Amino acid sequence: MGEALRAALLLVASGDATLLGIVGLSLCVSLSAVALATALGLPLGAVLAVTHFPGRRAIVVLLNALMGLPPVVVGLVAYLLLSRAGPLGSLGLLFTPGAMVIAQTVLILPIIAALCRQAVEDAWVEYQEQLRSLGVEGARAALTVLWDIRFSLLTAVLAGLGRASAEVGAVMIVGGNIDGVTRVMTTAIALETSKGDLSLALGLGLVLIAVVLALNAAAFLVREAAQRRYG
Amino acid sequence: MILPLRLEEVSFLHVLQPLSLQIEAGPSTIILGANGAGKSVLMRLMHGLLAPSSGRVSWSGDDARRRQAMVFQRPVMLRRSAFQNVLYALDVAGVGGAERLATEALAEVGLAHVAHQPARVLSGGEQQRLALARAWALHPEVLFLDEPTASLDPTATREIEAVIRAFDASGTKIVMATHNLGQARRLGDEVIYLHQGRVVERAPVDRFFVQPSTPEAAAFIKGELPWV
Repeated sequence: MGEALRAALLLVASGDATLLGIVGLSLCVSLSAVALATALGLPLGAVLAVTHFPGRRAIVVLLNALMGLPPVVVGLVAYLLLSRAGPLGSLGLLFTPGAMVIAQTVLILPIIAALCRQAVEDAWVEYQEQLRSLGVEGARAALTVLWDIRFSLLTAVLAGLGRASAEVGAVMIVGGNIDGVTRVMTTAIALETSKGDLSLALGLGLVLIAVVLALNAAAFLVREAAQRRYG
Repeated sequence: MILPLRLEEVSFLHVLQPLSLQIEAGPSTIILGANGAGKSVLMRLMHGLLAPSSGRVSWSGDDARRRQAMVFQRPVMLRRSAFQNVLYALDVAGVGGAERLATEALAEVGLAHVAHQPARVLSGGEQQRLALARAWALHPEVLFLDEPTASLDPTATREIEAVIRAFDASGTKIVMATHNLGQARRLGDEVIYLHQGRVVERAPVDRFFVQPSTPEAAAFIKGELPWV
């Protein structure tokens, strides 16, 4: 264990090319998925928060339930859709980073949308009367509220990023863990551990934790600074 | 002019029994009553935040929405500076020369020195004065105030009352809900007394407090006075 850890630290410190490639692809896939899921999830959550229509409650419950989607199931469904015989097979995306982005987007979209809905709904209760009194309605009211709680929404986005960068099931199934093409940190850790190369697995694990920690620390500091500045 | 405001047989769920009222320009109107009497609901019906279950609320002039403002018991401030909060209201109303108006409004309520501080970190009294500045900048014909000092200490209450008097002096019609008899006497010209969702009495302030014409109003005045 101690020896593996020392070797892992050396590997990270030496800036090993394979390791850097894996880390780079991981970040690329997860950040793309977060960007897509944010672009779709925030408006979806905001609309759900401020509108009333039949079936809305069912959608809210469904969205909350989907926050706990098992990654392997998402991977399996994405696999079926993207495989040669599937409805999206003609795109030729299976076993590419693109497929991994799609699978992770599906996985974290409910997380971002559901957390956004809750945040907007809470704020809406507080703001609604004041905004209506000022004559602010519709899209402008929604944008005002979203902008005002932007730092709370950052938490929703981070929860999505945490989930995306940590999951292994979905990317393993639709990516295939192909060396140099679709191998990301989590799939590499699973593979290297089963092969017995603990130093690479441990090194990747350290990097993974460091990345997640750094992102969360940055977000925390941004939020704190914003709190001081905007109240 | 958007006044007089007419309420014809207006009711709201079980909270307000059908009532007809006319609110005229001029004297400050105090809507008085115990908690749960329906004061807030009546104000919200007048201001258009609630739709009546039956009956009709009608203003006399055009563009009534833009020519009235409301200050709530708990002010809601956007997460930006005090100045930006006033500017936002002016921007929504599409008023020209917004920066000058916002500066003037903040000076009027005595908040010029905190103009560029975040609105949400101001004290409760300051936030309420900021809410009044936001209304002041819009130069409304009618200002609705819903228990504006209910959660404030005596000093902050005095400051708020001074600003309300300035509104009155500038020609804005004041319609204020309160359960505070002292405040009603200090700021009001006439009283509309609500009891269990009904208008029980409407009278000039002097007469209402000295010679209430209904037993409900007399009991309220008698019961409340020791705590004013």
